[in-house]
Amino acid sequence: MYQSLQDILNLETQSGKPFWEIVRDRDCKELEITAEEAFRKMEQMYLAMEAADRDYDPTLRSSSGLAGQDGEKIARARANGSLLCGPLLGLVMEKAVKMGESNACMRRIVAAPTAGSCGVVPAVLLSLEQEKGYAREEMVKALYVCAGIGGVIAQRASISGAAGGCQAEIGAASAMAAGGVAFLCGGSGEAICHAAALAMKNLLGLACDPVGGLVEVPCVKRNVCGAVNALTSADLAMAGIRSRIPPDEVFDAMRSIGRLLPEELRETGRGGLAATPTGIAFREGMETF
Amino acid sequence: MNSFDIIGPVMVGPSSSHTAGAVKIGNIAARLLGEPVKKAKVFFHGSFLSTGKGHGTDLALIAGLLGFAVDDPRIAQSFRWARERGMEYQLAGADLGDVHPNSVKLVLTGIQGRETTITAASIGGGAIRVTEIDGMPVSFSGDSPTLIVHNLDQPGCMTDVTSMLGHRAINIATMQLHRSERGGHAVMVLECDQEIPDSAIRWLTRLEGILKVIYLSASGEAQAPAME
Repeated sequence: MYQSLQDILNLETQSGKPFWEIVRDRDCKELEITAEEAFRKMEQMYLAMEAADRDYDPTLRSSSGLAGQDGEKIARARANGSLLCGPLLGLVMEKAVKMGESNACMRRIVAAPTAGSCGVVPAVLLSLEQEKGYAREEMVKALYVCAGIGGVIAQRASISGAAGGCQAEIGAASAMAAGGVAFLCGGSGEAICHAAALAMKNLLGLACDPVGGLVEVPCVKRNVCGAVNALTSADLAMAGIRSRIPPDEVFDAMRSIGRLLPEELRETGRGGLAATPTGIAFREGMETF
Repeated sequence: MNSFDIIGPVMVGPSSSHTAGAVKIGNIAARLLGEPVKKAKVFFHGSFLSTGKGHGTDLALIAGLLGFAVDDPRIAQSFRWARERGMEYQLAGADLGDVHPNSVKLVLTGIQGRETTITAASIGGGAIRVTEIDGMPVSFSGDSPTLIVHNLDQPGCMTDVTSMLGHRAINIATMQLHRSERGGHAVMVLECDQEIPDSAIRWLTRLEGILKVIYLSASGEAQAPAME
């Protein structure tokens, strides 16, 4: 993993290799595997995301009863043509909710970077592949771009809600996905980094306040927010808009905000939505062993 | 850290600590027992107790005891699988004292009658730590080859074990040693950089003063013979 996005950009300039290859090369060294093996390993992750999306079960509800069966509602609205957002965003929203619900209902998912934020990256990438017809190889490369960004965030800040709040989970996932989208749109390394920075800036300060301490409310629907934010941030970056604060400094800001967040807002289920009268009533009614 | 710590693991949801971590604790506890589990008493503590039901921590732990991996779709139906395999289990809450909030205590009996009591914690992101075996404090993850030796607290046992490892060119990464009382029951835990061959484990079990040897290979597959 790299310590900064700037390190990756510098290596791009020095070696003439693209962003994703620089990320992959580091894996080869770390895991002592060939470039081909590393690529196939990432392809397996993409296939697992695809399978998780395909295997969504619209009848399931989580054991708490709080999550499940919403993915089908968006699917129906999308089929009716009643969504204000266009076909691509509609598909992204649907896939994000479905993946979040699958996670809550104990289905197999790919943590990206966490289980709670597992819907963001696949919703964006699978929808783009479906709508725009990118080659499978490009999708795997995009996933490497996402991993490179997530790695820097993990090094400089955190990818744990308990350490940094939801900005470290949905925020990180959204920044990763934004970079992946910028790559697919033909963006330079610089555009990739700024797409990530713009996405992260929008989610700075996001609390992790899950009702009953469960990965359900508001986590499932926040995957939609992270996914849509990734697309708009990538569009901004591809239009030539740049984050006034350099990307690595944005991640540093996320770290410092995480430290300033009270414990109640870091995955303890004791603040925010979890501490509303409804949230408290739900917790008190929860089953234990 | 590498890209697959960011994109991955493939796992059954909803939580890396409360679900995937619980599966891993079940896996390692069953391997420490050294034979298929016949009876399990499970005591959930702290956050495992208060939010475990909603996170499927109970299903995940039983799945782990059955040997299922973190991405096994059968995790959600593990209670049914336990019944099918004739594994009895009891789930309860307990205050385990001043331990990590995601801790669990397991009292296990195997099909051949072996018994062990294990406490472990899920410490975040799916990583786990075994904190107690049969009343002895320990601390290891099971990620590297781990040798656990129960012996009588008498001079020479430690030398026997370490000289065997040196002789086999196996490097020790970490080492812990505890005893119940002077001259009583002692346990040593050695995390190693290389795998220990079966023949070396068998040799250890024959030594005077050695009560029980458990070996966890890093692959999680080969289970060397343990001895009571």
